[in-house]
Amino acid sequence: MLSVSDLSIARAGLPVLQGLSFSVKDAEALILRGPNGIGKTTLLRTIAGLQPPLEGRIEGAEERVAYAAHADGIKPTLSVTENLTFWARIFGAGGIDGALAAYDLRPLAGRAAGSLSAGQKRRLGLARMLVTGRPIWAMDEPTVSLDKTAVAMFAEAVRAHLGRGGSALIATHIDLGIDAQVLDLSPFKAAPGSMDAFEGAFA
Amino acid sequence: MTALLMRDLALAIRAGGGFGLGLAFFLIVTVLVPFGVGPDPALLSRIAPGILWVGALLACLLSLDRLLALDWEDGSLDLLATAPLPLEGMLSVKALSHWIVTGLPLVLAAPVLGVLLNLPGPGYLWLTVSLALGTPALSVIGTFGAALTVGLKRGGLLLSLLVLPLYVPTLIFGAEVARRGAEGLDVATPLLMLAGISAGVIALLPFASAAVLRVNLR
Repeated sequence: MLSVSDLSIARAGLPVLQGLSFSVKDAEALILRGPNGIGKTTLLRTIAGLQPPLEGRIEGAEERVAYAAHADGIKPTLSVTENLTFWARIFGAGGIDGALAAYDLRPLAGRAAGSLSAGQKRRLGLARMLVTGRPIWAMDEPTVSLDKTAVAMFAEAVRAHLGRGGSALIATHIDLGIDAQVLDLSPFKAAPGSMDAFEGAFA
Repeated sequence: MTALLMRDLALAIRAGGGFGLGLAFFLIVTVLVPFGVGPDPALLSRIAPGILWVGALLACLLSLDRLLALDWEDGSLDLLATAPLPLEGMLSVKALSHWIVTGLPLVLAAPVLGVLLNLPGPGYLWLTVSLALGTPALSVIGTFGAALTVGLKRGGLLLSLLVLPLYVPTLIFGAEVARRGAEGLDVATPLLMLAGISAGVIALLPFASAAVLRVNLR
C-alpha cells in the first residue's frame, strides 16, 4: 500500500501542488488527471524518489516504485532483447519472455531499438515495467504514440499486474478501460502568491 | 553492476559509441608537437614526458561530456536513479567503463607514441606506470564534473573548465614521475603522491558525484 499525506511539491522551485493526500491499496490503480502544468509529472517523480517533497509524507514507496517517464531510456544501438535484459539484470528480476509476449515484441526481439517506430519504442519502454518486478508502477502518459491495439495490450498488462497484487499510478487523459479510482489534481493547485513574504520585505 | 559495465562497454564499441576517439586524438596531438617545436631530438626528448601527459589528459577530457549526457537525454539516468543500484556504485561503474574505453588504450599506446618524441630509454617504463596510476583518477574526477554539468545544454565547455583545474595535481605528479624516470632519477616520491591522489579520489569522489547528481536530477 502506498499512502501520501498532506504532500506539497514544487517544480523548479515553484510550488505546484499542496495539501495532497491519497492512498493506493494493493491490487488497485489510481488515474491522475488535471490540466497541463498542474504537476502530474512532478508528483510521479516525487513518488519515485527523484526529488524530495516540500512538505508531507510518502509511505510505502521506498524501493517499491518502477517509474516510467516520457523518455523510455532505450539505447538505439542495442537490440530489443538487449535493452530489456539490461533492465532485468539491473533490477535483479527474472526473465524477459513474459514482457516480450505481453507487448507482442517477439517479432522485433533481434532488431536494433533505434530502428523501431515511436509506438514500438513505447511498447519496449512499457515492457520494461514488467521486468522490474516492482509492485508499484508510476507511469507518466504511458499511452503516448500507442495505437488502439497497443493501448489494449497496455490495459491488459496493467490488469494482470493488479491481479498479481500490484498497484499502479497512471497519469493519463484517455480512458483505459481499467477499473480504477480517478483523482483530479486541480483542487490541490498551490495558491499563487507564495512570493508575498519575499516581496513584503521590500515594502 | 556488471550489467551496467557490460552495457556501457557494448555501447562504446558499437557504431557512434566513440571508442578509440580519445586514442586517435592522443595520436594526432603527439604527432603534431614535433611539427610545432621543430625536429630537434634533444629538445623533444626533454619535453616528451610532459607532452605525453598533457595529451593523455586532453584525450581523456574529450569523451567526458558523453559520459552521463547520453543517459540523461534518453531518460536512462532517471530510471537508473530509481533502480536498486546505489548512485555511488552506478557512478563508479561509469568511471570504470570510461577508464576502460579511454584511459586504458592511452596507457597502452603511450610507449609507442614515446618513440615519436624520442623519449629516453628508461622513460618508457615509468611513463606507462605513471599513466596506469594516474588515468583512473582522471576518469573519476571527470565523472564528478559530468555529474555537475549533466542536464546543461552545451555543458561540454563548462565541464572542461571545471575539470581541468582538478586535474592539476595528477598532471604535476604524473609528469614528474615520467620526467624523473626518463632522466634516470629516483621516482619514489612523486610516484607515491600520484598513487595517493588516485586512491583518495577513487575512494571519496563517487560520494560527491552522487550527491551533485541527486541535486541535478530534481
